[in-house]
Amino acid sequence: MSAVSRQELLIHTIAGLLAGCRSVAVGASSPIPGAGALLARRRAAAETPARRLHVTILGSRRHNAMNSGGVELFDMAAEGRVDAFFLGGGQIDGAANINLVGAGGEYPRMKVRWPGSFGSAYLYHLVPRVILFREEHTRRVMVEKVDFISAAGPRDDGVYRPGGPIGLLTDLCWFDFDRPRRRFVLRSLHPGRTLEEVRDNTGFAFEVAPDLGPTREPDAATLASIRGPVAAELRDAYPRFVDRVFPAAA
Amino acid sequence: MTPDWLLASADALAALVPDGASVAIGTDNSGAPMELARALVRRGTRDLHVVCVPIAGLPVDLLIGAGAVATLETSAITFGEYGTPHRFQAAVARGSLRLFDATCPAIYAALEAGRKDIPFIPLRGLIGSDLLKHRPDWKVQDNPFAAARDPIVLLPAIRPDFALIHADYADRNGHVFIGRRRDAALMAQAARHGALVTVEEVREDVDLMADETTAAAALPAIYARAVAIAERGAWPLGLDERYGIDEAHMAHYGELARSDDGFVRYLDTHVAPRRQAAE
Repeated sequence: MSAVSRQELLIHTIAGLLAGCRSVAVGASSPIPGAGALLARRRAAAETPARRLHVTILGSRRHNAMNSGGVELFDMAAEGRVDAFFLGGGQIDGAANINLVGAGGEYPRMKVRWPGSFGSAYLYHLVPRVILFREEHTRRVMVEKVDFISAAGPRDDGVYRPGGPIGLLTDLCWFDFDRPRRRFVLRSLHPGRTLEEVRDNTGFAFEVAPDLGPTREPDAATLASIRGPVAAELRDAYPRFVDRVFPAAA
Repeated sequence: MTPDWLLASADALAALVPDGASVAIGTDNSGAPMELARALVRRGTRDLHVVCVPIAGLPVDLLIGAGAVATLETSAITFGEYGTPHRFQAAVARGSLRLFDATCPAIYAALEAGRKDIPFIPLRGLIGSDLLKHRPDWKVQDNPFAAARDPIVLLPAIRPDFALIHADYADRNGHVFIGRRRDAALMAQAARHGALVTVEEVREDVDLMADETTAAAALPAIYARAVAIAERGAWPLGLDERYGIDEAHMAHYGELARSDDGFVRYLDTHVAPRRQAAE
């Protein structure tokens, strides 16, 4: 089996973060989280007795637990039926505020304009296990303070908020998010990455876990799952991603 | 004889939309009203208020580029895997749009209030987001039923004038097959004048409401202001039942829409050829 790719490590890590979930939803433009959710579903099905993990990948007809229109994801989250969701951001700051709107200049005429906030401002409050996911780990993304808050990180404001972020996964590492203290804590470094590299590329202050270790790599069986059935299933929603990253997938 | 609900073309539907109207447009995934958007551009439509349900892509980028949009309410403008919405970005940079940034469930909830014709609806989340700072029409109030302090956002209802929809087919009575795409029904019901619907075909052999399985997948005709046939009406986007996205054309659009001049060439070639031929 050939070496573990960047994407495969992330997919494997995400599947681990979804352990025990009954229901996972994946939003727009998220092929790697989508693959992670499909891998987690396979693992749940392989338990004894087989356990069902409901996966909804927006944009997929087949991998979809919903049939009542786009609003159902948000209603389902409010009902407590979405255990995990993924959010990213053009900018993410040390208080876990995320920005999907734009950078620089004065809103609305920002220097760089991104697509928009999607469902973040709502799901961030309601989904208990929000996984922040952004591959690019640089100082332009990981900033001290975002230029626009699409969705606010946890804060002590008396607002109804059963949900929130559990951590942040990037191309370099995994940070836990300590909700009561509102701080990221570096928990694991991907193979070949160093603490200095994370410090150099992170614009916000973070803590380092005393037991900081390496991110675990997938074993051969997991890799075979990712490259075979998971990639094939992902094609329903992300054909171009699969063609590019898993050209051998059926 | 042609029934009164069936018009000759997407251009005939576009003629029903006055300048300044508000229109709801859904996502690019399946059933995007591309031919209707092209017809609105051919008509020279101006000052539209576009409500994206809850995000949108190519039809809205095209309308913005053609100067048809004054106000945009959306939770995102994106082409997903298929490029960058350059005309939207250019309009934001110029400040030529009145922009109401939203979040998906807020648009759904406001349409829900619209179809009930109630003035507002509360929604969880949102507090702490800068969206609220730039939405003076969104208010934070205390939940009047709670014993302890419980702030919650109130959103005014959205009632667009029209919903713009492309679907696979209408049956002989003008009921429209929408499958599981319930957003189309929500938009049509909230719209004051209902939906303007293009379809791939009208099926005389089908009565959607006569059978449980098809009735559940229908937009009843009462919500459709008018219907017109537009074959490949979602092109270059896809329609799940019939055709996939035209990736080569999306790339072509992306190249031309990068510049003002290129976009004009795109309109000349792909949107307005009939009018030019007639002139």
